[in-house]
Order: sequence, then C-alpha cells, then structure tokens
Amino acid sequence: MPVSKETLIELYRTMLKIRLFEERVAEIYWEGKSPVFNIAADPIPGEMHLYIGEEAVATGVCAHLRPDDMVAGTHRSHGHYIAKGGDLKKLMAELFGKKTGLCQGKGGHMHLFDANLHFGCGGIIGAGIPHAVGAALAFKMQGKDNVAVSFFGDGAANIGAFHEALNLAAIWKLPVVFVVEDNLYAISVPKSKSTAVKSNAERAAAYGMPGVLVDGMDVMAVYEAAGEAIARARRGEGPSLIECLCYRYRGHFEGDPQLYKPEGEEEEWRKKDPIPNFRAKLIKEGILTEEEAAKIQEEVKALVDEAEKFARESPWPEPEEALKHVFL
Amino acid sequence: MRKLTFAQALNEALKQEMRRDPTIYVAGEDVGKYGGIFGVTAGLLEEFGEERVRDTPITESAIIGSAVGAAAAGLRPVVEIMFIDFIGVALDQLFNQAAKMKYMFGGKAKLPIVVRTTCGAGMCAAAQHSQSLEAWFMHIPGLKVVAPSTPYDAKGLLISSIRDDNPVLFIEHKMLYGIEGEVPEEPYTIPLGVADIKREGKDVTVVATMAMVHKALEAAEDLAKEGIEVEVVDPRTLSPLDKETIINSVKKTHRLVIVHEAVKQAGPGAEIAAIVAEEAFEYLDAPIKRVAAPFTPVPFSPVLENAYIPSKESIISAVKEVVG
Amino acid sequence: MAIEKEKLLWMYERMCTIRAFEEKVAELFAAGKIPGFVHLYIGEEAVAVGVCANLRDDDYITSTHRGHGHLIAKGGDLKLMMAELFGKKTGYCKGKGGSMHIADLDLGILGANGIVGGGLPIAAGAALAAKYLGTDRVVACFFGDGAANQGTFHEALNMASIWNLPVIFVCENNHYAISLHQHKHMHVTDIAERAKAYDIPGVVVDGNDVIAVYEAAEAAVKRARAGEGPTLIECKTYRHRGHFEGDPMIYRPKEEAEEWMKKDPIPRFEAKLLEMGILTPADITRIKEEIKAKVEEAVRFAEESPYPEPAEVLQDVYTE
Repeated sequence: MPVSKETLIELYRTMLKIRLFEERVAEIYWEGKSPVFNIAADPIPGEMHLYIGEEAVATGVCAHLRPDDMVAGTHRSHGHYIAKGGDLKKLMAELFGKKTGLCQGKGGHMHLFDANLHFGCGGIIGAGIPHAVGAALAFKMQGKDNVAVSFFGDGAANIGAFHEALNLAAIWKLPVVFVVEDNLYAISVPKSKSTAVKSNAERAAAYGMPGVLVDGMDVMAVYEAAGEAIARARRGEGPSLIECLCYRYRGHFEGDPQLYKPEGEEEEWRKKDPIPNFRAKLIKEGILTEEEAAKIQEEVKALVDEAEKFARESPWPEPEEALKHVFL
Repeated sequence: MRKLTFAQALNEALKQEMRRDPTIYVAGEDVGKYGGIFGVTAGLLEEFGEERVRDTPITESAIIGSAVGAAAAGLRPVVEIMFIDFIGVALDQLFNQAAKMKYMFGGKAKLPIVVRTTCGAGMCAAAQHSQSLEAWFMHIPGLKVVAPSTPYDAKGLLISSIRDDNPVLFIEHKMLYGIEGEVPEEPYTIPLGVADIKREGKDVTVVATMAMVHKALEAAEDLAKEGIEVEVVDPRTLSPLDKETIINSVKKTHRLVIVHEAVKQAGPGAEIAAIVAEEAFEYLDAPIKRVAAPFTPVPFSPVLENAYIPSKESIISAVKEVVG
Repeated sequence: MAIEKEKLLWMYERMCTIRAFEEKVAELFAAGKIPGFVHLYIGEEAVAVGVCANLRDDDYITSTHRGHGHLIAKGGDLKLMMAELFGKKTGYCKGKGGSMHIADLDLGILGANGIVGGGLPIAAGAALAAKYLGTDRVVACFFGDGAANQGTFHEALNMASIWNLPVIFVCENNHYAISLHQHKHMHVTDIAERAKAYDIPGVVVDGNDVIAVYEAAEAAVKRARAGEGPTLIECKTYRHRGHFEGDPMIYRPKEEAEEWMKKDPIPRFEAKLLEMGILTPADITRIKEEIKAKVEEAVRFAEESPYPEPAEVLQDVYTE
C-alpha cells in the first residue's frame, strides 16, 4: 500500500525525536552520578529505562493512532509517549522531578500520564495490559471507533495478567492491539530461558485472535502490521497481537553492566539500527535529500535543547504538594 | 571483627545455609546470572548451579505458588519478589495458600518457605517501587514477618528464617543494602520474635523499624546532648512481635514514640500502640506518638520524596512532645 | 484392551464409591447435617479415576473446590473425609478445613483448594521438588475450564514447560464456570489447543469414558516419569448437579443436561464390563452393597465423632 511522502518523513522525524531525546536524557542522567553511582542524585534522579534501539516499534504503531486513542505503556515508555505526540518539555521536566512536569514531579519516569493523549504507563510488569482492555471496553460501550494499544515486553508475556487480558479482549471482541516488544531480555534473563514458545505470536491462537511476528527494527514493517491490526479493531473485528523483534542498545536500566549480553550480539543489532537505515532508504528513494535530513536533525535537536532548558529552569514543587491528590 | 555490608551479610547467610542443606534452593527474577538486582544473590549461581539457583520468568504468582508446592513436597525454597510492590500479583499464593495450609489442613502441612523482598523509599524510584507494606502481612495469621536493620541482624535472622518451618516474609529495606557493620564469619542464628535494644535510655522508648532504626539512633545522639536519654527498641521480627521487650521498656521510661516508614494509617505502629495501650496503660505518662509517612503514595520528585520520608527532626520533635 | 482385569475392577469400584459418597453428601447436606458449601463431583468420576489409576501412592495431586472425587480416587479415607465435612475433630483436617481444604499429605494429596487456579503453581512446585530430589514421582494437577483463564494457568504451564517438570495438567472441562458457559468465557473450543502456547503436548479426551481418560493419562504419566516433561489433557465432561448444592442452575438448558446424563460414565462402563464378562450382575450388586456399607460406616463415624474443643481454634497456626 502506498504511503505518502509526508507520512514517511513524519515516521523518520518521530524516530529521531525519540532517539535524540533519549540520548540527551542519558547524558544528563550521568551528570550527577559519576564517579560514584548514587542513583538518587540530581539532575535526573531514580531509575532510568531508555528506549534506544526500539524506536521503530512505538513509531510504526502510534503513527496510526489518533490523540483520543489510548496507549498503555511500560517502565520503558518515553518512546511510546513521544510517538503518541507527547510534549518533550513536560516529559523532561517530569524526569527532573519539577513542578512543571507531566505529573507535577509526582510520578517520575515510569509513571507518566497525559489525559489529553490518553496515555499512561507504570512500573508493574503486565499491569497495563488489562488497562488497555478496559479502555477498549469503554470505547466499544460508548459506540466509538477508538482503539487501545498495549505495549509490553517479552518478559511480560509470561505473566498471568497477559493471559487474562488477552482472553477477555477476545471473548468481548474489543478494539485493542497487543504489541509485544521482544528485545530478547527480561532484565538479564533471555527469552529462551523464560518463554516456552519461540514467538508470542503463536500464543495468540490460544485466545482465538490473530498474531503476527514482524521485524521491529524496520519501521515500515511495523507500520504495515500495525495498520492492519488497528484498522481491524476500528472496524469492530476484535483484538490482535503483534510481536516485534527488536533490541535495546543500552541496559535494562542506566547503570546496568549488561554482562548477560554475549560478545558481538550488540554489534550485530547495531547494523539494524532503524534510524540510519530508514534515513538511508528515504534518501535513496528520493523522499528526502541530505539537506532536508540535516534540517530535520537540527529541528529535532532544537526541540530537545528546549526541553532540557525548560526542565532545568523550572521550579521544584513545594514540599506540601506531596500531600495533594491522594483522593478527589 | 571484619565488616560486611547488609547485602553481603545476606549473601553469606544464603551461601552458608545452601552449603549446609541441599534441599534449599533459590528462585526469582534475575537472581542467577545477574546476581540479583541489588547483588544479594551474587555468586550463588556459580557455586551452586542452575538447579539450585533459578532465574524465573516474570511470573510472581508462580514463583510463590511453586514455592508452596515444592515446600509441601520436601524442599526449602528461598524465593525472591524483587520489590514488595510486586507482591500484589501473587498475594493469593502467599496469604491464602502458604499462610493457611498448615491450619486448614489440620496441622499436617509444613511449609518452610522464605519469601525475600525489598521495600522502602529514598531512591526516587517512585510510587510502585518504594512502598513499605509490612503492615499488610502482619495481619495474616500463619505468616511470619521479619525486618532486619543491621548487617549483623540480617545474617542471623535470615539463617533463622531459612531454618524455620513456617512461611516467612523477609523484608530488606533497599536503602540499607550498602550500610556496613560487624558480622561474625561463622553461621549464627537470631531467634525470630525477639526484639533488640539498640540503645539504652531511661527517658523515652522509641520503637523503630528497618531504616528508621538508624534515624532514631541519630536522633537519640542529638537528644542526649540535651539531656534526654532515648531507648531505641528494634523489634526485628514484626510478626510474631516481641511485646514483652517493648512493654518492659515502657515500664521503665513511661513514654513511647513509634517510628516507621510505612504510612501512619493502619501501619505497624498502630498495632504496637494498641498493644501498649491495652497492656501497659498505667505505665504511660504521656500519649503514645507515631512518626510515619503521610497517607499518600510515594512521590517521585526528590523534594517530595524527602518530605514524605520521616526525618530525624520529626523524631526529635515527637520525643520532645512526649517528654514535655 | 490391554488394561488388566484388576485395574478395570478397581476403576469401576472407585467410580461407584465416589458416586455413592457424593450422593450421600447431597442427602446429608439437604438435611442440614453438613455446614458451609459443598461442590459435588457427580458425573465427572471417570476423570479422577482414569487419571489416578495411573498414579502411585507417592505421586502427588492438587485438587480444586470440587475435590471429593480426586481425594477418593487417590485413596482418601471415607471416614476421615466425612468427619471433616461434618466439622468433627476426627476429620482429615481436625475440622479446621472443611470440604474445600481436605488434604492427606501421606497420600500425596496436596489439598483441595478454594481458590480457582490456586493448585496450578503448587503442582509445578511439587514437580520441581520431585525432580530436584532425584525421584521419578509425578504430579497430577486437576482444574476446570474456568481456571484455564486464570493467570496462574499461564504461569504454571510456562514454568513447567521451560523447566521440564513432571506434571500432568488435567483440565476437567465441564463447560461451565459456575454459570458462564465455556463459549462465553473463552474463544477456543478445545482448551488442549492452548498447550501449543507452551510447547507441550495437548490432548482432548472424552472425559466420560474412563478407559479413554486412563489411556491418555497413562501416556502422560509415562512421559513425565521418563523426564520428558508436562502434558495437558482436556477431559470433556459434565457435572450432573449445580456448581454448589443449592444452585438453581437456571443457566443450563434442560435438553443439554439430559443429553449429557445419557453419557453418564458409570452405567457406560458398567455396560462395557458386563459385555466383556468382567462383571456379572451379581458382582455389581455385591460391589454396590459393599460400597453402601462403607459410606454408611463413614457417616456413622462422622456422626459419632466429637467436635473439636473451642480452644483448638488457636492451634496449628505455626509449625513449632
């Protein structure tokens, strides 16, 4: 199916936005934490789980979503949020713990929520999967043609909540798409040691829904598979599962010594880096010129710079704010 | 005597017990190759092999549930739930199965399970990785709840928990992993259900748990300069609770302040305060005070997290209030 | 067929024992003699018996809220079971457990269970221990079609598969999770299909044909004992009575129940054994009378046994 030039360029821009943002976060994160790794040190305190390497997945899927479609993310969700159209300044400010952050500094990097974009994520593996099912139920009951997408990893596919959520979505024929981001590891445990089947796409049949396996490093492959699944859901034909094979170039968390990655594995996956590969493809096919690509790079960098500046200059929350928003 | 960190003391306990008893095995997420995300199980896989040190999928209900089955069939599982915040997905296996089987089966089943887990704030790990939920588990008959505060206590209590034939929830405050203390080289036990007086004093009893023990001791140092002698009591085991030590201390000092990082409402302090009010009321010269986290989820921003965790100053304040 | 006569007779006698016990429980429950809830196994006897006929005393089983059939098939003592249902001190659990928590650890019965899906991870763990300790024991894990949607099903089957554990997962598909029909609670018709999601073999059998169940279980037990890992066996069956005693069963079409009653496993097996000459009508009468006497003995034992002392409430919380 022919994809418009604008869409292709937008896909590239989004992946680049995620990449440059995450790389900037990594730089800032380590500012306060060398030489001794004090995880609570400023400017970005706490744990950090970066999406670098997996950009094609969030981008290819979210390109089909409207602002009022729902996304349930994971502990590694900056990419999902940015692809959904998220505000880089508020995201960065949240990572810093500033009052101007997406959650006013209350949530932090793993607990982002944006009511306008119908986006939420959390730190409990698998917890978001039933949330997406619930949102899909609401859409169906309200007679809308909106869709919910649940992103989760290869590790999460073994948790009980996965089973229960997929079964429910199937029997109630809900407009939800389950996206497994198989990056080969659940922290340090490789998929071969944790999962009884080779591909979670095979598990879809256990619930009576279609399941496909795609190359998660190829944004067009993800875009196409997601397009079909989302269109299916919007037509009222029910849920599907898409498994995207991808790789995270950094550790599970920032500071992870990654001893579990065998020699040479990362280099192999670097060759499949979705961003330079897609850039080269677009230039080769005449969709972008070198100058245009460079311009996009500058524009995105400027957005990231702006986000960093905003976060650094924003005020901290007042201590009393810790007591607010427990109940309505 | 040589010093070990809290994490190293736990590691040594595990190694020594696993050498002694081949029916002990360890299972949990990233406990093997990775050595545990806080390093507590480092080196175990290399020494004991894959059969006895098992990396599991993300599958908490099966981690605890399989521990129940394995224990019923003759093994002594020491399983890990990475953060106590994750225990929700596996609660049934812990509170309905493990804790109750002995009783429901009329005394026949023996379930020598240890579930190790981490708790606590201070790393800006935010709402779902920083909770202190020990009070939930103090409420379950059939389950023992242990919460050490020092490396010495950690090793002795873990060894006792492993040797205990009951299900034990062993809670490790994540901010304590790096603290150092003297730890004997040989294996030793500290009985469960016995508190420890960490500092003697005559003017006020401060019962504190886990990370708060250290803050209470710092507060006590400051208060001593003002002539107030604080007795710091560390329960070490939360269920069964050593009421006797706490009450004896109150009989001596006539004043009680309880400090914990769990939220105040229905926290461990509520139980301790009720016990003292019921059984030692005549000895109290002032109302009991609790110093605890506010009734909110753990906020992320360091400014907010700092406001959330009870401070040394708040302990000093509370002591001064009861001393009058 | 290759099954020895003794085994066939044993299976027949066991199924009749379960039936007689459960019918008596229904009577006593209606008369107000048994407190709490009971969930009767009537109609499903071929499943428990066909599976347990392949097990040794030192093999394990985990059971469900509808566990009397499993317990009896594994060799549970009728007197101790009945006394437990009555809440007497002499019961299996000293009156502390009741119908849904009966256990006999000496017989490897790791308990009936009040939590749907609760027994699945426990079975995986017992199998882990059996393997770890170098034995060739196996574990039979019973659960229903409803439990096949529980997170614990997913986690236990995945774990048993990746760790190659000797478990026989037996799904008793009686088509209802209380009032919800299977086609409303899952989108697959054969639960055995889900075995593929764990890369283990899955077979469907007629759960009302004790020979079919026996043969499928025999193969699965053999596999497990040889260290070849778990199997999922789905037994299509039906419960004659409600989910619990007192259930008005408004959710079940009458014609459907009648169709299934015609496939009652006991008369079917009886007819077969008569045909094969293994049983005579006189045998049948004798066997049933013996069983009746045993059940009545169990009831007398339960009725005459004392209740526990109130102080016993505080005992057996912990192991000293």
